[in-house]
Amino acid sequence: MLSIRHLSLRFRRYQGLLRQSQVTRLSDLSLDVAAGEVLAVAGASGAGKSLLAHAILGLLPPNAITEGAITFQGRRIDQGCPPGLRGRRIALVPQQISHLDPLARVGDQLTWALRRTKAKGAPVEILARFGLGPEVLRLYPRHLSGGMARRVLLAMVSAAAPDLLIADEPTAGLDPENRDMVLALLRGHATRGGAVLLITHDLAAALPFSDRVALLRDGELCGMEDARDFTGTGTGAALCSPFARALWRALPGNGFDANA
Amino acid sequence: MAGIFLILRQILLLSLVSAAVFALMKVSPVDPVDAYLGPAIAHVSPEQKAQIAASWGIDRPAHEQFLAWAGHLLSGDPGHSTTYNAPVLQVLGDRIGPSLALAGGAWALSGLLGFALGLLAVAAGGWTDRVIRLYCYVLAATPTFWLAMLLLMVFSVRLGWTPICCAGPVGLPPEEVSFAQKLHHLALPLTALTLFGVAQIALHTRVKLAEVMQSDYVLMARAQGAGQWDIIWHHGMRNAALPAVTALMASVGEMIGGSILAEQVFAWPGLGRATVDAGMKGDVPLLLAIALLTTLVVSGGNLMADRLYTRLDPRMSGR
Amino acid sequence: MSGRLSAVLAAALALVLILAIAVFPLLLGDLGLRAEFSARNLAPGASHLFGTDQMGRDILARSLHGLALSLWVGLIAAGLSVLISALIAMASGLGRRADQVAGFVTDGFLAMPHLMLLILLAFAFGGGTTAVILAVAVSHWPRLARILRAELLQIRAAPYVETARALGRSRLHITWHHILPHLLPQMLVGFLLMFPHAILHEAALTFLGFGLEPSRPAIGVMLSEAMRHISAGRWWLAVFPGVMLLALVLSFEMLGTALRRLISPREAQC
Repeated sequence: MLSIRHLSLRFRRYQGLLRQSQVTRLSDLSLDVAAGEVLAVAGASGAGKSLLAHAILGLLPPNAITEGAITFQGRRIDQGCPPGLRGRRIALVPQQISHLDPLARVGDQLTWALRRTKAKGAPVEILARFGLGPEVLRLYPRHLSGGMARRVLLAMVSAAAPDLLIADEPTAGLDPENRDMVLALLRGHATRGGAVLLITHDLAAALPFSDRVALLRDGELCGMEDARDFTGTGTGAALCSPFARALWRALPGNGFDANA
Repeated sequence: MAGIFLILRQILLLSLVSAAVFALMKVSPVDPVDAYLGPAIAHVSPEQKAQIAASWGIDRPAHEQFLAWAGHLLSGDPGHSTTYNAPVLQVLGDRIGPSLALAGGAWALSGLLGFALGLLAVAAGGWTDRVIRLYCYVLAATPTFWLAMLLLMVFSVRLGWTPICCAGPVGLPPEEVSFAQKLHHLALPLTALTLFGVAQIALHTRVKLAEVMQSDYVLMARAQGAGQWDIIWHHGMRNAALPAVTALMASVGEMIGGSILAEQVFAWPGLGRATVDAGMKGDVPLLLAIALLTTLVVSGGNLMADRLYTRLDPRMSGR
Repeated sequence: MSGRLSAVLAAALALVLILAIAVFPLLLGDLGLRAEFSARNLAPGASHLFGTDQMGRDILARSLHGLALSLWVGLIAAGLSVLISALIAMASGLGRRADQVAGFVTDGFLAMPHLMLLILLAFAFGGGTTAVILAVAVSHWPRLARILRAELLQIRAAPYVETARALGRSRLHITWHHILPHLLPQMLVGFLLMFPHAILHEAALTFLGFGLEPSRPAIGVMLSEAMRHISAGRWWLAVFPGVMLLALVLSFEMLGTALRRLISPREAQC
């Protein structure tokens, strides 16, 4: 469904008063996400995970330079995401409550989201699908708990039934119960035939809900693994790349062995 | 409860301000009798001067004068204007209408036009933004009274489209001036004041809106496929409106200041001209009365700005 | 590249202009101050670029004297005022009681229109140069202090400040590390808006007759003389001194805007 080939991303910036330089944030990245699949993209903060999401959606700041090809359902989208796609076929599940307008009621924001994505359905029903009552419509974002805010964001995103969900740290700051709820919802999207690009730094939590794992370090792809290979308490011998094995062994429950 | 507290606070504030203004008037080295008499001072003996001072009550100690003045004010009599040789209340009554038309009209217009310009600058970006920004910066740097003089030179002296002064034809009593004549005389001063008031509001709106456009929720809206105008309409106006209204409320004082200057240039018979005359002639009762009246208006504006913030911004309120 | 370079150039140009304005009057001597009755009311021409006034004084030279005067008055007064407003706003950030007192004082000053306060202060100080400087300095800080405080309220409600508070950081630490950095851009914008106000209010006060002495070559004095001759059609009396004042104020705006572009982390990327 989504195919990325040799994607590089650099930023122009100034050093000192006038000297200009370019900082490379993603280099020669290639990956595919198929329908029915959850692909987890894992890596430490600063590895370029969020930039990957913004690049796919065409939301990069003007000083970004991209190279390579991004193809969605056979259409090139690296030179700007066509209006019909963004929000409707590809949707962003954002990280924080700050992605909700602090001065607008949940109901209004949901209505706007529906109109923008040309989605059908009543806000009340959509909220109910995510286990939220109609009273939530009248609330401002400030009054939502972390779990509720995440569900509201998911409701806004999924109303248009997009094919590809790009979830940028959708579980950051959530307790395990809410975290698993969000991940299960994403998994459900894939099971119904959609695709999910799950950006996370919490690999252990994402594994049970993912099919494959792409490991990102310093803007480079350094491993593409089957999620099932991260098993057992042993050495993770089934994993192909050394980085993945090191990562696996460093997880709690596998010896915390950062040096192995 | 909070309302009563606010009103009490406001009363305390006004009392302190009036005491401070009274003190300012009293520490001034300008002698009211000298200023009142002007060049005629040469023909007046010290005894006569003392007599005038005694009739105005300014020969008594300052605190007695203040108490006497405050007492009269509370009973509804702000005193007698020496400049116009009339009760202060009558001077205020005659002049408040023209001042309201000029300053109030310009204030409302600048709020509307300024907000619209600020939105347009960010929404359209590019050259539109540059032109609007340039206008705002140049206008913010322009002396109000000079702008008024330029308009006067172009439209009244050179082109003759607008009258050169006053709120009606010279010699015609104010009650016989027709509405059309009033508008004709108001047009140029109102334009001058509005041109100047718009700049601040537009700049404020623009800065705030530019911040909003960098926010996560605007990113989210873009990710939903929202266009520029959609974002401005739903998120921009909402989030920029409060700062803009606050700026507008805070600009009441600036607008009154501007109208003092505009009234001077256009010989507009409002409170601004009365202020300047009173200041020049050392007319303390009139100056005090106008100072307090404008203080009441401005502090009212400030209070409204505060209330609006707590009432309308859900981040500030508990609910 | 070009945006960055032009900002540096603009700052340099503005600085040169401002320095020139400060230095010029020293070269002029009493040109523009001395009456010359053989050259009265001359329109702009080769010998007098900006024309002469009713006493035969050269408008260009006189305006330059006036600008230097405005520059000093404005710099001293606005500098003092920004200092006062920052102190008051920071005091508001220290605690509830301090905020109430600072708020009351600010409200007291804000409760009156600037120009009204300026007129009263200038009247109280007896008029003249010192009176104008004091009046401008004492009357200009509240608006900026108020904007800074409003910003402060918003920042204090921000999650990262709540986090810092939950972590047990001291008020001083929070004010210094989390609030001040966000206020600095506003202070810069505030100074940008205040300097023109200081200079313009000095000119306005002088124009109305409450400011600099009529014997001084102040822009306000020149414009108020021009006002008396406005229907005579001698446009140069009003146009040139005003344009020069506008140029001075704009130079400062340009300097400020350029500096802001060079400093601001957000705009530095573009």
